[in-house]
Amino acid sequence: MSKHAPRMLTAVSLVTFFLLLVWAEGNLDPYLRRILNLIAINVIWAVTFNLIYGYTGQFSLGHAGFIAIGAYTAALLTLPLAQKEQNFFLTPLISPLNTIELPFLPSLIGAALLAGVAGILIGIPSLQLRGDYMALVTLGFSEVIRVIFMNLQSLTNGSLGLKGIPGHTNLLWSWGCAILTIFIIRKLASSSYGRAFKAIREDEIAAETTGISLFNHKLMAFAIAALFTGLGGGLMANLISTVDPNLFSFVLSYQVVTVTVLGGVGSLTGSVLASAIYVSLFELLRPIDQPMTLGGITIPGRPGMRMVMFSIVFLVVILFYRRGLMGTSEFSWRWLLSKLERLFGRERQEA
Amino acid sequence: MSILSTDGLTKHFGGLAAVSDFHVEIAKGELVGLIGPNGSGKTTIFNLITGLYRPTSGQIRFDGNSITGVRPDRITALGIARTFQNIRLFSELTVLDNVRVGHHLRLGSSPISAALGLPGYGHEEREITEHSMKLLNIVGLDDVAQEQAGGLPYGQQRKLEIARALATRPKLLLLDEPAAGMNPEEVRGLMDFIHHIMELFALTVFLVEHHMRLIMGLCPRILVLDHGVTIAHGTPDEIQNDPKVIEAYLGVEEEDAPN
Repeated sequence: MSKHAPRMLTAVSLVTFFLLLVWAEGNLDPYLRRILNLIAINVIWAVTFNLIYGYTGQFSLGHAGFIAIGAYTAALLTLPLAQKEQNFFLTPLISPLNTIELPFLPSLIGAALLAGVAGILIGIPSLQLRGDYMALVTLGFSEVIRVIFMNLQSLTNGSLGLKGIPGHTNLLWSWGCAILTIFIIRKLASSSYGRAFKAIREDEIAAETTGISLFNHKLMAFAIAALFTGLGGGLMANLISTVDPNLFSFVLSYQVVTVTVLGGVGSLTGSVLASAIYVSLFELLRPIDQPMTLGGITIPGRPGMRMVMFSIVFLVVILFYRRGLMGTSEFSWRWLLSKLERLFGRERQEA
Repeated sequence: MSILSTDGLTKHFGGLAAVSDFHVEIAKGELVGLIGPNGSGKTTIFNLITGLYRPTSGQIRFDGNSITGVRPDRITALGIARTFQNIRLFSELTVLDNVRVGHHLRLGSSPISAALGLPGYGHEEREITEHSMKLLNIVGLDDVAQEQAGGLPYGQQRKLEIARALATRPKLLLLDEPAAGMNPEEVRGLMDFIHHIMELFALTVFLVEHHMRLIMGLCPRILVLDHGVTIAHGTPDEIQNDPKVIEAYLGVEEEDAPN
């Protein structure tokens, strides 16, 4: 394979993928489109969690907080003025937000930047701690953000939430952002900075005596992850069109951790696969919540039954793929070609 | 002009004085050895010099600056690199990446230019890889560059740790028991190797060792530590005949004991 072949293949498949997205946007029904959008958003979150945990080795449970900041920022910036008035009927929205209505792109950028700043502010105290302590503190901060949003009536409309957020998010936006996130984090992870992150994960003492500032690099990874997590939050708000503080409880952070671990900690390919599997399973298992008849026995519908099935599926995966679906391996064209060669080589032998 | 000097360096862990009043002056280009029985505080001294521990009292000066209480990564940036007694490699990374990590502190490119793969970063990355391969060649690990560091045999892991330390472009190299676990032939090879890299990189070396033959054959000047106290200081000959050293290593002679 020539040196430029992988790059060509990547370019061709990206173009094909985007043509497919354009087709899907025009031809698939809204339910399928929504699933595909949710997959892209989960990809963003899993990939950013991988940057913090998979590469840098810092266990954070604060994703829900950054998602909330991104979601509320994008929602408040994109909400039409009339909708804002309707939403904030108890206490009016503070100025200047009550006179601002921005297009989607600047709103998303705002969502990402604000989440990034929150990442720095939360990272500074949290990253002084190690292991479980850091997980607890980030979990705490994320809950603090949720409670603040619950009570800032004149900014977030409190527990009433925000309704009527314009549905700007389509497949091109969501997958465009997901691919941008993957591209940047992959590039960073394979650079000298990425090696420094991994060195910290492997051995903090060796890393700092090799001249790597532990704090600066942990904070860098944390803030970059928060930034893209916020971007995903913005996409989510403009997809589901309603947000309220309870969407962003710690359960959401656990979901991100689950997807990442399922895919393989340290593998972005795994994050993508696992997001697709997670979101699809969530929908495919929906009939289990309905009443059904199995071999003459009628089982009444129990909302939440699918979560039980879900847990069983996860147990099986964890039992048979202890390091997640991909371990720490990544997709590469070389890998795919060698697999194909082996496959076709075998067929030729059989013939 | 001394490159490293410590003055009254003391470290207490609770009630235990791990190191008391440690003085050393090391001149540029010198090779100084530090020996002592187990638990005599040798590694503690290295941890103090590299900033992993903060001294209870005393001063450390390096290349004209005080480095007392300075963060480990800053000390490495000033020009002190080290290896560890119980080898600390980045096991899951490749051999090459271990050495490339050692170049990170001198990286000029910003994270943004690295994340976007800008040409300035690409140029620097190529230089880092080239220099890393050169270092791997010097320690004789260039043919295993793509292998996982944790999978290397013990002796090669020690060499890789030295290559990683050299990648930070140190002026002073601290070697913590480099001969641990080596056979006599490997020890002879190590002695030549240390001389070789000292010459090649204009290094000063401060070395902690258990292996008597290595330290006696290698270091023109030796300090002996026992229970955190410097009990002797001199040439190998002086050290070998010092009664205090013999006592520390072999115990009190039985002749004086009552029958």
